[in-house]
Amino acid sequence: MTLAIQAEGLVKRFGTVTALAGVDLAVPAGSIIGVLGPNGAGKTTTVRILATLLRPDAGAVRVAGYDALRDPVLVRGVIGLTGQYASVDEELTGFENLVLIGRLLELPRREARARATELLEMFDLVEAGSRPIRTYSGGMRRRIDLASSLVGRPRVLFLDEPTTGLDPRSRTQLWQVVRSLAAEGTSVLLTTQYLEEADQLAERITVIDRGRVVAEGRPEELKRRVGGQTLQVRPTDPADLPRAARILTELTGARPGVDEESGLLTTPVDDPVLLSALVRRLDEATVGADELALRLPSLDDVFLSLTARPAAEAEERTPA
Amino acid sequence: MTAAATAAGSAAPRRIGVVRAVRHGLTLAGRNIRFVVRSPSTLVDTVIQPVLFLVVFVFLFGGAIAGDWHDYLQQLTPGLMVQITLYASVGTGLALNTDITRGVFDRFRSLPIARSAPLVGAVLGDVVRYAIAVGVLLALAFLLGFRIRTDPLSALLAVALVILFGLTLCWLSVLVGMVARTPQAVPGITLAVILPLTFGSNIFAAPETMPQWLGAWVAVNPVTHFVDTTRGLLLGGPTTGPLLASLVSVAVLHAVLLPLAIRAYLRRSR
Repeated sequence: MTLAIQAEGLVKRFGTVTALAGVDLAVPAGSIIGVLGPNGAGKTTTVRILATLLRPDAGAVRVAGYDALRDPVLVRGVIGLTGQYASVDEELTGFENLVLIGRLLELPRREARARATELLEMFDLVEAGSRPIRTYSGGMRRRIDLASSLVGRPRVLFLDEPTTGLDPRSRTQLWQVVRSLAAEGTSVLLTTQYLEEADQLAERITVIDRGRVVAEGRPEELKRRVGGQTLQVRPTDPADLPRAARILTELTGARPGVDEESGLLTTPVDDPVLLSALVRRLDEATVGADELALRLPSLDDVFLSLTARPAAEAEERTPA
Repeated sequence: MTAAATAAGSAAPRRIGVVRAVRHGLTLAGRNIRFVVRSPSTLVDTVIQPVLFLVVFVFLFGGAIAGDWHDYLQQLTPGLMVQITLYASVGTGLALNTDITRGVFDRFRSLPIARSAPLVGAVLGDVVRYAIAVGVLLALAFLLGFRIRTDPLSALLAVALVILFGLTLCWLSVLVGMVARTPQAVPGITLAVILPLTFGSNIFAAPETMPQWLGAWVAVNPVTHFVDTTRGLLLGGPTTGPLLASLVSVAVLHAVLLPLAIRAYLRRSR
């Protein structure tokens, strides 16, 4: 299996903040990989390092076979970058933006124009192509942005939250384009906060939280890992959180996720009978609960369960 | 990072040579020139400022300062050429900072182009802006009755010198543009330097009429030497001394500002 992207042990600090604490990533050539995580998890930092915009403090990166730290120029020749942080010229028209990039990639003028026209057609922007970008809607902007990163026919494409803030129709349109690019052999790494997006597009998902990879696998695997259903408990007294967490761990064999703000414990279960067992155990331990429920899993539960801090950590921090 | 080695068996070069770097820089200069023409606010800045300064100073203060606005126009126009160019140089840092803030810079950096290209493009593109501003100023001055008393060659040399000065001060603008967090902060900081340089000079009034301390500042101000040179080249009079002083100040300013600006640029573009 050839890898389009291979990152090992990426570490990046900004002053005293550790943005990445050892991220490993592997993207097989020709596949779509989703990088999932809450805001501030380190998704954008990861993409910026892979796309040679940032140097990591430690770790190794290979993109399309090139060492991104030693040969950034070679990497830049085979990648495309779109997202939060790569943009287009507001004052120039869509066509001019695409031609400019073609010229920077040293295409002859005629070829640059032909490629621009081709991309405008592909992204349904032929009419808008002669207007300045500042007149574009959000969806059109994302499309021209994506088109800009495709001028050089990249082998590896980075999409950093490509559909954040888009309406559902524009989102579906963009997904369609990404799928067809992958079908033609482009390797795609996309970051997203939307589970649905990762679920729809990605063959494999890497979940990052606080600069670390917390899970990796095919979407179905991740969902199975989280279990068929979720058990939620909110102790009346927040001081009971560690005890309730311990009981849940004993019952399910897995540490529950804890949301400290709401004081809610969430854990995956496959056996609905556990609910009555839990009620009994909590009662024995005289732990009162405001909320106690067995819920069918939503995609968000997968996310919450994977990215929320394990209850053990909360236990350590709570005075005994 | 010195060898321009090409990886064996790989078609693409690992480093970008000078010729390609120049080509990338020129492509981006073309983009920036298009920007000047396209973006109404930049064009207005470039065109309106010279017109405003000329009209206000000639008609409002000309009579009071020189007794007759016709005479004042002759003295002021060469000085305003210098001032206008300095003001226009504020735009260099502003444009670079805007590119960074909007993410356009990241787009360029993700392409296999020379790291210097966005900077070279911004600076070269701005030379065109300086030329437009000086052109507008001279055209209006001619309409009002300004006349060159020397020859066209001297006049061309004057314009070239003024643009050279703009290019020198644009490094200050680049430095500020790289350090400032938002584009909005750039003009304020840059103008705080440019205002004392332009108003504390012999552009608007003769240094003999000023208090001694101000006269002393005016005498060492590089703007004064440039204005003297420009006046000499356009109206006649001594040019060798002021020209020498101008070139020395350009060299000194470059020696100080260029390394600082490049360092700030590289830090921000890493």
